Amino acid sequence: MDPTDIGLWGVPLAILGGAIRVSTPFIFVSLGEAITERSGRINLGLEGTLVFGAMTAYAIAVISGSPWLGLFAAAAAGSFFGLFHGWICKFPKVNDIAIGIALMLFGSGLAFFFGKPFIQPKAPSLPAIPFGGWSDIPQVQAALDVNVLFLIGAVLSAVLWWAFRNTRAGLIVRVVGDSSDAARAMGLNPDTVCLLATGVGGAFAGIGGAYLSLYYPGSWTERISSGQGLMAVALVIFARWNPLGCFAAALLFGGAGALGPALQSVGVTQGYYLFYAAPYILTLVIMIATSSPGRSLAGAPGELSITK
Amino acid sequence: MTDRFMLTRRDLLKTTATGVAALGLSNALPMSRAFAAAATVGFIYVGPKDDYGYNQAHAEGAAALKGIEGISVVEEENVPETVDVQKTMESMINLDGAALIFPTSFGYFDPHMLAMCAKFPDVQFRHCGGMWDKAKHPMNAGSYFGYIGMGQYLNGVVAGHTTKSKKLGFVAAKPIPQVLLNINSFLIGARSVDPTITCQVIFTGEWSLAVKEAEATNALVDQGIDVVTCHVDSPKVVVETAAGRGAFVCGYHANQSPLAPEKYLTGAEWNWAKVYKMFVDDFVAGKPLPNFTRGGLADGFVKMSPLGPAVGEPARKQFDATLAEMMKGGFAVIKGPLKSNKGAVVATEGQAFPETAIELESMDYLVDGVVGSTA
Repeated sequence: MDPTDIGLWGVPLAILGGAIRVSTPFIFVSLGEAITERSGRINLGLEGTLVFGAMTAYAIAVISGSPWLGLFAAAAAGSFFGLFHGWICKFPKVNDIAIGIALMLFGSGLAFFFGKPFIQPKAPSLPAIPFGGWSDIPQVQAALDVNVLFLIGAVLSAVLWWAFRNTRAGLIVRVVGDSSDAARAMGLNPDTVCLLATGVGGAFAGIGGAYLSLYYPGSWTERISSGQGLMAVALVIFARWNPLGCFAAALLFGGAGALGPALQSVGVTQGYYLFYAAPYILTLVIMIATSSPGRSLAGAPGELSITK
Repeated sequence: MTDRFMLTRRDLLKTTATGVAALGLSNALPMSRAFAAAATVGFIYVGPKDDYGYNQAHAEGAAALKGIEGISVVEEENVPETVDVQKTMESMINLDGAALIFPTSFGYFDPHMLAMCAKFPDVQFRHCGGMWDKAKHPMNAGSYFGYIGMGQYLNGVVAGHTTKSKKLGFVAAKPIPQVLLNINSFLIGARSVDPTITCQVIFTGEWSLAVKEAEATNALVDQGIDVVTCHVDSPKVVVETAAGRGAFVCGYHANQSPLAPEKYLTGAEWNWAKVYKMFVDDFVAGKPLPNFTRGGLADGFVKMSPLGPAVGEPARKQFDATLAEMMKGGFAVIKGPLKSNKGAVVATEGQAFPETAIELESMDYLVDGVVGSTA
């Protein structure tokens, strides 16, 4: 290792690197939740799905030796949780938020139960693409080791943004989310659309979990998520249900989260608890600045129970 | 369709009546107490008991009790440092008949364990790391801890020989006395090799935050730091991240060398099996349990991981010599003249605080050479 002294440059570099490293689970969970919420349901259980996805991916990767198989299993497990949520919410008078909370606890608990034997073994990790080859500074090279899932997430957010506007499937999801009466008049079955949208959302959250356990931080422990799934659900509202907004918000959160450790590493050591609160303060400021008492949230799906 | 989920009033009454009857029966015949072994010992962990760290070290100690005749062990993991731990203790006492309880996390002591001590005067409580004080605390309470700072001093000796950049890193959870003593000991150990070495500390603010610990480790390595150690509940993430970035690591709590066989130098480990056996042997023999138990390397409370392949000959020599010195007991890491990193004098010329010194357990400073702040 070459001890190049980069001094204060470490802070912007850490924010950049942190944005790339930390944001991926936020991207996937919030994109998944954006699809689900656009269809008019809210799935708070994605925290549990994320943890269960992390455990499944790690376990399958340990058993099979292939991180890709683990990733696939995590997506499958996630979609199962999503479909389960969608199926229960189909019944009359079922509250989707309450079911979400139940599934959050259920998913975490199940992951802890099945995950016990996989805490000690070491799984192969997902590959990263080194984009930092142009620089001879090892810190820059390390910050620009970009995992493939991050790139997939970036492309996916653009594709989803386009698809919501320009494809028939996007239109169907939006119609169901905005008015189930209109959807029924069009001959659509809102329950089926919600079911599929929640299933896809769950699969995305499972992939986010796989990133946590198979790449960064790259191990399975019961404390791996520490609430990231819940934060990602909140990010969707923050991003106004716009997939590109979800991507930007996830980057912002990742970068802001790296601020605290980076500032301490260059010797700014006073008040680190305040720096750790930076992402939340930032969110609060933006939410206050963009809110208005006169109108409801722009872009909110009409059928969403939290905005109705 | 909704009717399927509706209970009739009659159904409801029937179910409730059965439930009440069952409840009454179980109260009349306290099964669990009647069939309990001679003594039940309870262990409470703040995290999962196989975390490659703090909780695993305690759980290994608890596992060592399971062969003892007449002793049964009950454990609960993932118990937060809130009123939840009081409920856990109550249920261990009332349902499992626990007569001796070890709440192992720092935040369990005050007020939670103390409240239970007052409520159950017949049950013995021994807390890991707390400051039991005869004047303030009841006699059925007590605390035990090990001088693991000595282990961090030895970590520092090896780190001091290994570092090329003369900059060490420390990922710490919270600025409490035990953590501060570890950070200070690590640096002072390294400075026994080269007095120009500095140690950068990053506090994550929580005992277990995987992503933040990884970020902290990355930030340290970005600053050219080439040996990293930590004091968090599960050093797994720090060890793997640091080794992945090419830095060397010193372990903590348990042996993490399988996670980074090439980069692992050594580590400060707990040996709780010894401590728990000691307590339980006294308990079975009917002797009063000590209220304030401390021990170090010499007493077998603490041990070191075997030195890794990257440790050079000079480091090995000084490590062995220092360890031999410590095995005599009473080794002093904090000795004068020594200043804090804010410039305050913490030990005057000739003043020394041996490992047993009680002042060390209320440490609130970082020594000169540590880059970091306690708040």
